[in-house]
Amino acid sequence: MAKNKPEGYLTAKESRKISKENRRITNQFEKQRKRKNVPESEYLTTMHNPDNAVEFDDLHTYFFTDAGTVKSVDGVSFEVPVGKTVGVVGESGCGKSVTSLSLMQLIQRPQGQIVEGEIRLNLGDGKAYNIAKTPNEKMMKLRGNYVSMIFQEPMTSLNPVFRIGEQVDEVISLHDEEGKSKETIKEKTIELLKMVGIANSEGVYQMYPHELSGGMRQRVMIAMALACSPRIIIADEPTTALDVTIQAQILDLLRHLKDKINSSIMLITHDLGVIAEMADYVVVMYAGRVVEKGTVREIFTNPCHPYTIGLMASKPVVGKQVDRLYSIPGKVPNPVNMPDYCYYKDRCEMCVERCAGEYPGEISLSPTHKVSCYRFYDGKGEK
Amino acid sequence: MADANTTKKEFTPVTYDPQYILMVNELKKHFPIKSGMVARTIGHVKAVDGVTFNLRRGTTMGLVGESGCGKTTTGRTILRLSGEKTGGQVLFNGKEVYDLSGKEMRAMRTKMQIIFQDPFSSLSPRLPVGEIIGEAVREHGLASKGEFDDYIDRIMDHCGLQPFHKDRYPHEFSGGQRQRICIARALALNPEFVVCDEPVSALDVSIQAQIINLLKDLQEKYNLTYLFISHDLSVVEHISDTVGVMYLGNLVEYGDTKDIFKNPLHPYTKALFSAIPVPDPDAKMNRIVLEGSIPSPANPPSGCKFHTRCANCMAKCKEVEPKQKEIEPGHYVVCHLYDDV
Repeated sequence: MAKNKPEGYLTAKESRKISKENRRITNQFEKQRKRKNVPESEYLTTMHNPDNAVEFDDLHTYFFTDAGTVKSVDGVSFEVPVGKTVGVVGESGCGKSVTSLSLMQLIQRPQGQIVEGEIRLNLGDGKAYNIAKTPNEKMMKLRGNYVSMIFQEPMTSLNPVFRIGEQVDEVISLHDEEGKSKETIKEKTIELLKMVGIANSEGVYQMYPHELSGGMRQRVMIAMALACSPRIIIADEPTTALDVTIQAQILDLLRHLKDKINSSIMLITHDLGVIAEMADYVVVMYAGRVVEKGTVREIFTNPCHPYTIGLMASKPVVGKQVDRLYSIPGKVPNPVNMPDYCYYKDRCEMCVERCAGEYPGEISLSPTHKVSCYRFYDGKGEK
Repeated sequence: MADANTTKKEFTPVTYDPQYILMVNELKKHFPIKSGMVARTIGHVKAVDGVTFNLRRGTTMGLVGESGCGKTTTGRTILRLSGEKTGGQVLFNGKEVYDLSGKEMRAMRTKMQIIFQDPFSSLSPRLPVGEIIGEAVREHGLASKGEFDDYIDRIMDHCGLQPFHKDRYPHEFSGGQRQRICIARALALNPEFVVCDEPVSALDVSIQAQIINLLKDLQEKYNLTYLFISHDLSVVEHISDTVGVMYLGNLVEYGDTKDIFKNPLHPYTKALFSAIPVPDPDAKMNRIVLEGSIPSPANPPSGCKFHTRCANCMAKCKEVEPKQKEIEPGHYVVCHLYDDV
């Protein structure tokens, strides 16, 4: 063809080579996964800090696609303390959702694999599992009981052909050990629906998802997620599809329920307002890496990474008049071909000379506030 | 429709005032609910039920409200995109839009355009971008054959697109780029008035800022008038000169952006504004949480439609429908609380 080859163009031969290589790698991982009767010692570990519900430690989740390896999560480390809410912010495609799916082990296999790193899940009594290595049958016990997820789209994540009651019942009958009789399960479901603020819970039990509004459906999703009082709730953009007034209701509800069953929340969103309101700790992600993390006050009063600053400046705030919104120049680098310097360098307006070097490591600005940016290397004298 | 006349209420026609590009008076749009074997009409969804506002040339009006309150239908009805109206007036440049003949309407279409909400489904996947933008230009004969390419290039350049994008297909673009294509398509016809139907709600925060800035730049350049429909109040505050708050097919409050945000009068506006999350962890929350959800527009509550969820509901609210009242100059509210003011 006379046409210029666009960036990232692959010939059929190259593509075949990549997929062959991918198959080899993923087969190895799958073989590891599919072993039967894996001894518990392989995935038993201890928490580095017993006050944490979950610790992500240098997590790498890759997708082996025909266009090349996509490093969706590339060395992410952060903790979720017991009883606290951790907000994860970032643009779409920055690896927020993949991080949370890794914790649930719901990554699309065999293309998606946790390649490296640990996710330590606190089971209480000094016991902890490394989710990255936990076999499937054990995982089924953990999902729902220890970790559960509220999905983004309440419209599509409920099954349209089953009644609400049946769908919530199923969760309880699969995960709850005691009280398996049908009546007790139904009682519990109705109690749950009441707990999430559905007034007509007996009626809703008999309804189909299409009969409910978006806010009600999200409440049902929350009821399902909370059915077995999990230790950690992953809320993946729980309010993005909802109106502000309904959003306020749902956020209120999440906050109350969290205290009631004393669990932790990992809140994934791109709305900084929601984060400021809900979270105790904030993790800012960009292109698969954590660029900044700290307590909510540190991040909002003293944002340090240029990306965090840009993100805050680009959102209009009610009551604050600006003539022009700041917009971050450029776009996210190609996920297949990540540069070897700081991923944000090409869009950054605060570059220093050292930025041309390798990806910056993490700098502690305070015991809780950490940032990956060369601008802070000299002041602290660390490397 | 014969039964449309039965629901039609009397309204006082407005006369054209040249400072307004668009005058909407008691606009109504009801959709019939059909049921049974012969598809009898058993009721009406009153999507837009008496909306009145005027829009000054070169300004932006924000239209906010919950989903299902009729924001989008208002926008579409003004453009005559969803069949006939049920009642009221839409004066565009002094001409009643619904009285125009097919030929006149066709000419008018170039003057009023719309940018749709979802840039992923509103672009034809089978047309290259140059054709998407240029199709209407050719149809309306806005550029001669020789100038056609330059014309498209210029429009694309103004919207931040490169000339080589012309031969590409929509799937090759990111969400922000696609929204730029949608904007270019609307602007290619040299419109005076553009309805922006949630143009940024499907986009990421950083891309949102780019698109909002672009819309503002284009407004200055072409002296455009926008009707900006959105449920994101912070975006509306940023871009609009006036704001209308809709609830269940009615405009409950309408006025200058500054007045509305500083001094919201209607209980619904107050609740809506208090629900906005503020990106400041130390901010104090005095939230008015609205209980329940929006009632069905097929069977709206009697009297004031908001009375079922209102914190300041009085006996009168349940029976008498409130009238629009001007509290400050240019600041209108529809609520019984202000009857005596």
